[in-house]
Amino acid sequence: MLRIPCPWCGPRDEPEFRWGGEVPVLRPGPPEAVCAAAWAEYLFMRENPKGWVRERWVHACGCRQWFVVIRNTVTHEIRATAPLGEPLPEIGP
Amino acid sequence: MSRHAHRLERGGRIDRSRPLDFEFDGRRYEGFAGDTLASALLANGVRIVGRSLKLHRPRGLIGAWSEEPNAIVQLGEGETTVPDLKATQVELTEGLVARSVNCWPSARADVFAFLGIFAPLMPAGFYYKTFKWPSWRWFEPAIRRAAGLGVAPTRPDPDRYEERHEHCDVLVVGGGPAGLAAALAATRAGVRVVLVDDRPVLGGALQWEEKLIDSRPALEWVAEAERELRAASHTRVLTRTSAFGCYDHRLVALSERVAPQSRLPIRERLWHVRAAQVVLATGAIERPLVFPENDVPGIMLASAAMSYAAQYAVRPGTRTALLTSTDFAYQAAKALQARGIEIAAVVDTRADPGEVAADARRAGFAVLAGYGPRRVHGARAVRALEVARLAGGAPAHTEQSPLRIECDLVCVSGGWTPTVHLFSQARGALRYDAQRAALVPAAGPKGLQCAGAAAGNFALRECLTDGFAAGRQAAKAAGARADAGVAPMAQPERCAVAPFWSAPHADRRKAWVDLQNDVTRADLALAVRENLRSVEHLKRYTTTGMALDQGKTSNMNALGILAELTQVPIPEIGTTTFRPPYDPVTLGALAGRRIGALYHPLRRTPLERQHAALGAVFEDFGAWRRPAWYAAAGRGRQECIRAEKRAARGAVSVFDGSPLGKIEVRGEDAALFLDRMYYNSMRTLAVGRIRYGIMLSEHGVIIDDGVCMRLAEDHFLVSTTGGAAERIFSGFEEWLQCEWPQLRVLVTNVTCAWGNIAVAGPRARELLALLSTDIDLDPGAFPHLAVRCGRLEGVPVRIARVGFTGELSFELNVPAGYTAALWELLLARGASSGVRPIGVEALQELRTEKGYLHVGTDTDGRTLPADIGMGDILARKSEDFVGRRSLMRAEAQRPDRLQFVGLAADDPATLLPVGAHVLADPQTRRGSHGYVTSSCMSEALGRSVALGLVQAGRRRLGEPVEIYCDGRLSSAHIVSPHWYDPKGERLHA
Repeated sequence: MLRIPCPWCGPRDEPEFRWGGEVPVLRPGPPEAVCAAAWAEYLFMRENPKGWVRERWVHACGCRQWFVVIRNTVTHEIRATAPLGEPLPEIGP
Repeated sequence: MSRHAHRLERGGRIDRSRPLDFEFDGRRYEGFAGDTLASALLANGVRIVGRSLKLHRPRGLIGAWSEEPNAIVQLGEGETTVPDLKATQVELTEGLVARSVNCWPSARADVFAFLGIFAPLMPAGFYYKTFKWPSWRWFEPAIRRAAGLGVAPTRPDPDRYEERHEHCDVLVVGGGPAGLAAALAATRAGVRVVLVDDRPVLGGALQWEEKLIDSRPALEWVAEAERELRAASHTRVLTRTSAFGCYDHRLVALSERVAPQSRLPIRERLWHVRAAQVVLATGAIERPLVFPENDVPGIMLASAAMSYAAQYAVRPGTRTALLTSTDFAYQAAKALQARGIEIAAVVDTRADPGEVAADARRAGFAVLAGYGPRRVHGARAVRALEVARLAGGAPAHTEQSPLRIECDLVCVSGGWTPTVHLFSQARGALRYDAQRAALVPAAGPKGLQCAGAAAGNFALRECLTDGFAAGRQAAKAAGARADAGVAPMAQPERCAVAPFWSAPHADRRKAWVDLQNDVTRADLALAVRENLRSVEHLKRYTTTGMALDQGKTSNMNALGILAELTQVPIPEIGTTTFRPPYDPVTLGALAGRRIGALYHPLRRTPLERQHAALGAVFEDFGAWRRPAWYAAAGRGRQECIRAEKRAARGAVSVFDGSPLGKIEVRGEDAALFLDRMYYNSMRTLAVGRIRYGIMLSEHGVIIDDGVCMRLAEDHFLVSTTGGAAERIFSGFEEWLQCEWPQLRVLVTNVTCAWGNIAVAGPRARELLALLSTDIDLDPGAFPHLAVRCGRLEGVPVRIARVGFTGELSFELNVPAGYTAALWELLLARGASSGVRPIGVEALQELRTEKGYLHVGTDTDGRTLPADIGMGDILARKSEDFVGRRSLMRAEAQRPDRLQFVGLAADDPATLLPVGAHVLADPQTRRGSHGYVTSSCMSEALGRSVALGLVQAGRRRLGEPVEIYCDGRLSSAHIVSPHWYDPKGERLHA
């Protein structure tokens, strides 16, 4: 069970949070201008890397705020978290 | 056999003034307080304590704690019985009743013992190869009876289990020398420490290895360390507590045995410990040697024999041979001799054991260096050990050899296996250390380290310094400032080992690797011959290491033998994955208090007491407990539901709609936001008006429906289906925070703040007029799909002219605390109008005959707006909304999609079953063109009605179809879903 440092509430156990997938995922639009491939890319295609990944989580049983987490999918290490739109360290190799 | 026949005169940490009676396999014995079931049995001369799983061979005690593979017992009787405990870990209590498993009537005289005759017919993979035809299921029940373990209780467990969460700076697992030293260092450094050990007493191996620490007897040091730790307010010491799982970010799960030693009415306690730093001082487990007939009762780990003699004052034998490939056995020989056990010989597989053997010879021990085991004499107990000089790794025949050593106990010592289970569970890497002949921890996750024997440091001196350093380092990493002082000291000792993985045996006598699962060296060799060379395949095929003990004594030997057989070095073979639990955990401990009514939180409406008084039959709908229908004396369920429906259609009904999701959306961009969230246009909604809308996922699929009310320019009230409120609300939050943070919108889930009562039926307005309100109820002033805010009987109210019944309907929303008073007032005032409360069942039937769909019932995970007849809205709305692009896909435009329609059985008395399929080809009865989603008998229409999803359904109105369910066919026609009042005149009354 992960221990996730919420930028607003501090470190809490994983069951308080909900996972929201990789970021950034840009929502294309307007709909008429989006080709099928681009829409499929947006809906389904993710990097799913082995190693460091940038993803968003929400503190569902706490402050209900979404924020960004840098997590390693192999070791589950969490390097940093930050509110949406605030700078985070670049994820290296 | 007299009681305590094998008890030593003196010594042991047992209380001889407190004799305890107990029963094993139906016979009565006596032990002392401080005994384990195993030590008490041994004291009473019981040597056969179990039967092996497959061949039912008689088995004796090998170990003295969690490594024991043989002595598996069923403890207690009736509802509190516990299956499959190791007798070595069961503390003796007065009146204890235990029974060996996998045998009948007892381990001593097991009728299944004849299975041993068939041993040559039962090699590795025997079950896979033999019982595959016609089906394993034919044979399984009989095999399970013959080769099963304990039995689960058949009645609910009456005991109470508890769960606790703990946070600390340093968690030390293991209370042996390394763990105690680590806990002392961390405690002295001033951080919060938890020390946990699965035994009843601290000290680990110091309980039986009589050594000196800081020039004093080790147990004095243990007692003093325990006093210091227990006195420290920031340190918690947990004994009888097994750390069974190590998870991400240093979460360690513990299971504490509370009863019967405690007076608390708790049987077990599950701990979730989150530690900043973890020190795993879990020790090491001695390895047996693999040689022919190494399973005869009387063959025991040297450390276990020492433990029985020193801790429990039990003589595991009178004359012993020690069989070893390590220096440790010489310590054991001295210790056992000191307890009055005659040492026949020390048989060392190493040709030149060095000084340790020379010392032993000087002390008068017979040492046979360069000898190996050939076989054991005796079937139900050891009578003699036959050894021979090893030549080129194999026992040879010479003039002195084979030698027969008369003895009733063989102590084996094949080296130590570090207990790295928790380290490995947490994804710590292991490395094979050839010098120590052991897998030792290599790189581990952050904040997790092994210390002492668990790290491969088997000598006491290194255990103490390593443990102390680990405790000091962990405390420092957790932020400690204070100094931990000086590490405790002990004498150096010899710990050399030269692995002897197995005795190559020419004859057909079996050499056991995994005693509990009856896996022999020959089974491993067969698996290798059949090319199952991966250690993971070998494990599953032979089941070695897969028994209750999880291979604590067998895995390393199996690995060594596999390396020999395949000629691949151990580091290249690797190990199987360690998984929790380290030691079995009861389901009771894992379930804790989450049973019965506490299994999941239940949501109750503000009217629960009123419903109960009216005879409501409650059911769980999602998280909510709601009245399904109201029972009346002398009437059945169907009759009651029919009466409820008649009231709604003919007079007036009240329905508790409180679980309906209510989300307030406010702010200058509220209209813009809701326009993006709904498929329908919400910007054009006038203040005081209501619009039915559906919400889609980005895939275009309908996820919820409900009405949206505009209370003011910048203020909306969104209602969702009862189970969807939380999901829709958090969806709103996600879109606002992650996609459109610039929108000025605030959303609040007010579901539980407002009670909701739907007053529906032709006399609904008549009933409301009996209440005092400042809202004009006249249809001209308050039309269908309008919302009005005001006061009702002096209480703030939001009245919405919407409903799910298809009748004139008012939904009264009042602050939750007033719901009960309003409900009682409506029932009292409405008595003359024929008012009746209706439950969920009646409402579902009313909405089905009206043709109102229920998302999730009449739609599935593929249903798009056009499929339910709302396709035209898309063309009229120009703005983007969630899911819009997905509706433009070719797949979404296909004319043969499943569409929402009515299905009319040709026989009006036939109820089409929900889930029944519309046959694509009635002749062959193959293929489906959709299915029935809702179905009921309609009172108002005097016939059965049904709704369904049918391929190209709307184009096929009037077409005859065949409906198939469970081998029965019904003829029907596709019709409009709007069965009742298709023009909606009753809504506008």
